[in-house]
Amino acid sequence: MSLLRPVAALGRATLGALASIGRIALFAGAVIGHLFRPPFYPREVLHALMQIGWFSLPVVGMTALFTGGALALQIYSGGARFSAEAVVPSIVAIGMVRELGPVLGGLMVAARVASSIAAEIGTMKVTEQIDALVTLSTNPLKYLAVPRVLAATLAVPVLVAVGDAIGIAGGWLVGVYRLDFNSTTYLKNTVDFLEFWDVGSGLVKGAAFGFIVALMGCYHGMNSGRGAQGVGRATKTAVVSASVLIFAANYLLTEIFFTS
Amino acid sequence: MIELVGVHKSFGSNEVLRGIDLRVESGTSMVIIGGSGTGKSVLLKCVLGLVHPDRGRILLDNEDVETAERDAFLARFGMLFQGGALFDSMPVWENVAFRLLRGATKRPKDEARAIAIDKLRRVGLGPQVADQFPAELSGGMQKRVSLARAIAADPEIIFFDEPTTGLDPIMSGVINDLIREIVTEMGATAMTITHDMTSVRAIADNVAMLHRGKIRWCGPVSEMDATLDPYVQQFIHGRAEGPIEALR
Ligand SMILES: Nc1ncnc2c1ncn2[C@@H]1O[C@H](COP(=O)(O)OP(=O)(O)O)[C@@H](O)[C@H]1O
Ligand SMILES: [Mg+2]
Repeated sequence: MSLLRPVAALGRATLGALASIGRIALFAGAVIGHLFRPPFYPREVLHALMQIGWFSLPVVGMTALFTGGALALQIYSGGARFSAEAVVPSIVAIGMVRELGPVLGGLMVAARVASSIAAEIGTMKVTEQIDALVTLSTNPLKYLAVPRVLAATLAVPVLVAVGDAIGIAGGWLVGVYRLDFNSTTYLKNTVDFLEFWDVGSGLVKGAAFGFIVALMGCYHGMNSGRGAQGVGRATKTAVVSASVLIFAANYLLTEIFFTS
Repeated sequence: MIELVGVHKSFGSNEVLRGIDLRVESGTSMVIIGGSGTGKSVLLKCVLGLVHPDRGRILLDNEDVETAERDAFLARFGMLFQGGALFDSMPVWENVAFRLLRGATKRPKDEARAIAIDKLRRVGLGPQVADQFPAELSGGMQKRVSLARAIAADPEIIFFDEPTTGLDPIMSGVINDLIREIVTEMGATAMTITHDMTSVRAIADNVAMLHRGKIRWCGPVSEMDATLDPYVQQFIHGRAEGPIEALR
């Protein structure tokens, strides 16, 4: 009996995890299904675009700027070991647009947006505002989740694009003012070695990460437990699960995009 | 007519409703009394389909609410939640006019706002609160805004969960009169939860007392004082001694 206890616990945990994956998949399916069916709430989408896109710009921009700068320093000192300092501009550009722009952008948005969505919707749940929506003939999924998921899926690629540009600018600043690159050569090398799909794949990743972030925020918010503790737990779970899923999705998408 | 037959609901091991049988005729006012935590709010939520009963049936005009067309069903209802449940992201008037600004009952913005201000007036709130946000109001004011929202689209059936809790006696009187008026003049069906015996006498046609998950007593308000049921007697006179244990 006691020998089997760890096995039973493991089984329960596995079943629990599978059940929540199933529930999240169903939730995602429902959100996507409602995207194309009226009623639509354009005002809510616009509001969410502002909250998720516009107000995330400073944070994403700062992250990208420092990362681009640090990347330039790292590649310069690393490249010096085999006299390849000249690759700094192109590696910074490729590294930013393919990987760091979308992943760091996605993570910053997860921290900022998944938490605030989960806390807001979770509070609405525990104060019966979600029940009130239902009694006022409004589908909470459609009114709360769909606009946020749509807005995040549209806004994060734009944030990633802006982050890419700022990250490359950070690399350029460090390259020119710290590492004595020639400004024109640096920019030329950046542009020459960058292919469209480098940028495009990063933007697609951004859209996927935006979807994940808003989905996790909404799902955990709507399933929040009771009271302030419930909302706190929902918020934490939303951020953690969004971040982990971003890393997993990033690996999967990279595998799909760049191996063949 | 709303009819509940053998409705059971548990949360985990907490058996809240243990076989509720209740009938509310159209155009009448039913008041539900009972100690706090006895499941009165859960009962209303079951009728609205916000909580799904484990067993039993709930009928609205002889149609099972579980199988009824949801939108048409909900369009007939108004609900005042115990905690108010106002949307704190929007100003008071948009809360009140929520139903009038979207969906099947959508109206022009000006008209919706005018209706909202009129409903606010009926719950004793001036037009100056219309553009305030719920968080800027006192608890009693929030409750009244929520009441205005519940009646904004003139629903046929209205549920009030503790409408006068947190209000001063005069304002309670105003709200009691309003609820009575909605039933007698507009022919609405009302179910009200309250602990306030003055409200019970002012609002009710019939009274049901919930105790230990069942309807302990149900009858016309005129017979309430005369009943020999010791539970009802203890409750309406607010005695600490009696069959209802104070420790729950
Ligand atoms: N969503 C829920 N999950 C778990 N327990 C609940 C839930 N809603 C209500 N309860 C429990 O049901 C009981 C009755 O609650 P309620 O209907 O709110 O009482 P009241 O009669 O004061 O309105 C309480 O013990 C409460 O803890
Ligand atoms: Mg209650």
